[in-house]
Amino acid sequence: MKQINLESKILGSNELLARKNRHLFEQLGILVLNLMSSPGAGKTTLLERTIEKLNGRLKLGVIEGDLYTDQDARRIEQKGVQVIQINTEGTCHLDAAMIGQAFADLQEYGQLDLLFIENVGNLVCPAEFDLGEDYKVVVLSTAEGNDKPLKYPLIFYQSRAVVLNKIDLLPYTDFSLERFLQDLENINPTAQTFMLSGRTGQGLAEWTGWLLEEVNRKKQGTAREP
Amino acid sequence: MHEVTLMSGILDTLRENARQNGITRISRIKLIVGKFSMALPSSLRFAFAALAQEGLFQEAWLDIEERELHCLCQDCQREFGPQSSYCFVCPDCNGQHIKILAGREMLIDFYEGD
Ligand SMILES: Nc1nc2c(ncn2[C@@H]2O[C@H](COP(=O)(O)OP(=O)(O)OP(=O)(O)O)[C@@H](O)[C@H]2O)c(=O)[nH]1
Ligand SMILES: [Mg+2]
Ligand SMILES: [Zn+2]
Repeated sequence: MKQINLESKILGSNELLARKNRHLFEQLGILVLNLMSSPGAGKTTLLERTIEKLNGRLKLGVIEGDLYTDQDARRIEQKGVQVIQINTEGTCHLDAAMIGQAFADLQEYGQLDLLFIENVGNLVCPAEFDLGEDYKVVVLSTAEGNDKPLKYPLIFYQSRAVVLNKIDLLPYTDFSLERFLQDLENINPTAQTFMLSGRTGQGLAEWTGWLLEEVNRKKQGTAREP
Repeated sequence: MHEVTLMSGILDTLRENARQNGITRISRIKLIVGKFSMALPSSLRFAFAALAQEGLFQEAWLDIEERELHCLCQDCQREFGPQSSYCFVCPDCNGQHIKILAGREMLIDFYEGD
């Protein structure tokens, strides 16, 4: 009998492809955000409001991950932003290979300032799959309860920004803002936090302000490179 | 769940490696899975039972070692283990520059066979 040591990463091939994507995004100077949340937290609504609020100031692209339908992609298209739909056919997450292909299908991808990837609604699986993005962003809605960072710590740990959506519903829920912020402070003390409403537009300006800053930062980073 | 994706990747790696090494029967597979990963051992076992059907895996025993979360504070160099709830702030100096030393891994450690 032989023992064969592999010590190989289970997601090694995804990591390789994610690195390729990241390198390409780097070269093109595109800021790429991977939006994750449970189903219905408001990712597509946030994208619609973001497109309206930015009002042409940035050249945007969207990759929509959806289990079976193209409804979200059509919502984005109606806002006049180019979008590529990925149907995962039941797979609960996007992976780096899917993103590499979808990105190449975007028209004029070289001209983009900011690419959003809307991941499949799920707080567990997407957290393990690096897509080559600059930042993961997790969206939580007040209707889901304030205990989600404790229950799904990895996704909150990994996210550069945390969006608390449906803030307009706060008075009608038992969501404790204090507990939520306290737990987040422990799990991810350096995360950017945004509290907003995709319904009323409250808090949206802080979010788009951050996007503009980060897009600039990314471009300058690229410009500095030889 | 994504454990099915993970397991089919694991099996592909093993098939390819066994072929290269002339191994036709695997008797034991050893994985290392961090507790701060999103791979559940029970789901991995379920996926293994469902996917590892062919002769190569017929007698294979799946061994999963779980690793606890272990962190290093880069401000004061103190190492600390898992706390009652997830906390990435140093218990000594309140530093926020925490590096995870263990607990995030998802590895095929080794396998045995003939
Ligand atoms: N009251 C309120 N409702 C909202 C808000 N944002 C989104 N919604 C509603 O929540 C529902 C789900 O929103 P979506 O934007 O489709 O959520 P999603 O995260 O894209 O959903 P999936 O793609 O299916 O995972 C819709 O009915 C939205 O109108 C908000 O800030 N306040
Ligand atoms: Mg959506
Ligand atoms: Zn410390």
